[in-house]
Amino acid sequence: MAEQHVKPQGPQTTGHVWDGDLQEYNNPLPQWWLYGFYVTILFALVYWIVYPAWPLGEGFTTGLNSITYVNSEGKEETWHWNTRAKLLKETQAAAAQQKPWFDRIAQASYQQIVQDPELMGFVNSAGRALFNDNCAGCHQIGGAGKIGHYPNLADDNWIYGGSFEKIRETIVNGRQGYMPPFAEALSRDQVEALAHYVLSLSGEPHDARLAAEGDKLFHSHTGACYYCHGSDAKGRQDIGAANLTDRIWVWANVPGARDMPAKVAAVRQVILGGLNRGIMPAWGGRLNEEQIKVLTVYVHQLGGGQ
Amino acid sequence: MIKFKHESLETNTGLLLVATMLAISVAGMVEIAPLFLIKDTVEDVPGVRPYTPLEQLGRDIYIREGCYTCHSQMIRPFRDEQLRYGHYSLAAESKYDHPFQWGSKRTGPDLARVGGKYSNEWHVQHLIAPRSVVPESVMPNYPWLMENRLDYADIGARMRALRAVGVPYSLNQAEYERNVKQFGAEMAAQLHIPNARESLIAQVKANNYDGDPSFVSEMDALVAYLQVLGTMVDFSKIKPEELVKYR
Repeated sequence: MAEQHVKPQGPQTTGHVWDGDLQEYNNPLPQWWLYGFYVTILFALVYWIVYPAWPLGEGFTTGLNSITYVNSEGKEETWHWNTRAKLLKETQAAAAQQKPWFDRIAQASYQQIVQDPELMGFVNSAGRALFNDNCAGCHQIGGAGKIGHYPNLADDNWIYGGSFEKIRETIVNGRQGYMPPFAEALSRDQVEALAHYVLSLSGEPHDARLAAEGDKLFHSHTGACYYCHGSDAKGRQDIGAANLTDRIWVWANVPGARDMPAKVAAVRQVILGGLNRGIMPAWGGRLNEEQIKVLTVYVHQLGGGQ
Repeated sequence: MIKFKHESLETNTGLLLVATMLAISVAGMVEIAPLFLIKDTVEDVPGVRPYTPLEQLGRDIYIREGCYTCHSQMIRPFRDEQLRYGHYSLAAESKYDHPFQWGSKRTGPDLARVGGKYSNEWHVQHLIAPRSVVPESVMPNYPWLMENRLDYADIGARMRALRAVGVPYSLNQAEYERNVKQFGAEMAAQLHIPNARESLIAQVKANNYDGDPSFVSEMDALVAYLQVLGTMVDFSKIKPEELVKYR
């Protein structure tokens, strides 16, 4: 049978009686709780002395605690404790820790970085963090991209070039893709023929007769597609004109289309409307030179860098 | 000597009233008064300007849709936040915000420096269907922003209200000229209340934020606002130790 604790007397009351029968229990705080409360008051007193606390007219008590950091002239400077000074000091300490690595990155050529397993270890961890924070929003984790919107970075196909220098240029300055719309320049039938021709270049289902027509149009002054995409339709990386023969689709979601009419429609849409998107923001102002170098090598080795 | 007991407070209404007022006054003095007295809480940094009419309406949509319930606009001075979001937020950067959007709840990421991080196209796609670009996102879809015509009939009244609480939108020639000196001629024209509708339409035409040039949508305004967040101050021109001394 469970043991029962029965208090010898009922709880104490404050002694008052209201309205004839209303009484108030008097349950004092447990002693440990009460002393704990006194300790927090004591803590506050110490805190007021050590840290910035009390306002005084136009200023405030700055506290005894201080922080020493290095200012932009390279001289040590001490200021009363505050979170900004603390951050500055911590940032400088972390930068000093990473400095040997970033110095090696800055001094090495791209080729030297790739051949140095130690540096590549650094690139893979620091680069992944940078990529996930800054690039994955569009290009997705791992650089898989989003067909119709953001190019895949994990394959060996490059719109603006896959050399270290070109990747760096893309990151620093950003890119602005552009293709003029052909809705007014070409007839509905001409666009249809071009779409079949473009599909034929990648071995997609197409109408051979229309594709042959499109072939002529593509290489004529009427269609003028070859101005940018080249007579071999392999594109031009200097102006970001896509290679149309590599079965890799950036803007028209051909792989996602069920059948030939849907694939034709996907290509047709790009030809009619052109592209005034494909805008990549510039990262030159957001990341520093070493971070961009790490990111360049990281993106280069994601897929087939050139 | 009078022995003070808690009981004396509890049984004496007049004394309780006086003591309560005393406690609240002291706390009020300590917490509120310094904000008006302490000099240099708002950093003196160049570049901060009021929102253009379009950006301001975008901000009003941001508040209407309750974006602030999940997104803060306040990068705290911690290393992890600095690494992820960028330079910590300055008081000066929200000096024209009424009300400010600092927030304290982050279901989504902080947006204080989201401006310029993504393309307009990304923002449009992300607002219509967030999971189409960020698979793990729990953000709701906001497709109506693309369909709703932006109501800018009352933009002048909204700007006048902000002017009344200290935002330097200009109503007359003298105020306009003051803004030319402070923000440059191009920006001053956009901050001029009599021109508000024209400059709003001009900004949409010049940038076509939502990719649909046929009409001015709420998406145009919201994207314009998001793209300016955190971009006004050029931190490469400010020495970090100067900002330390404002605290």
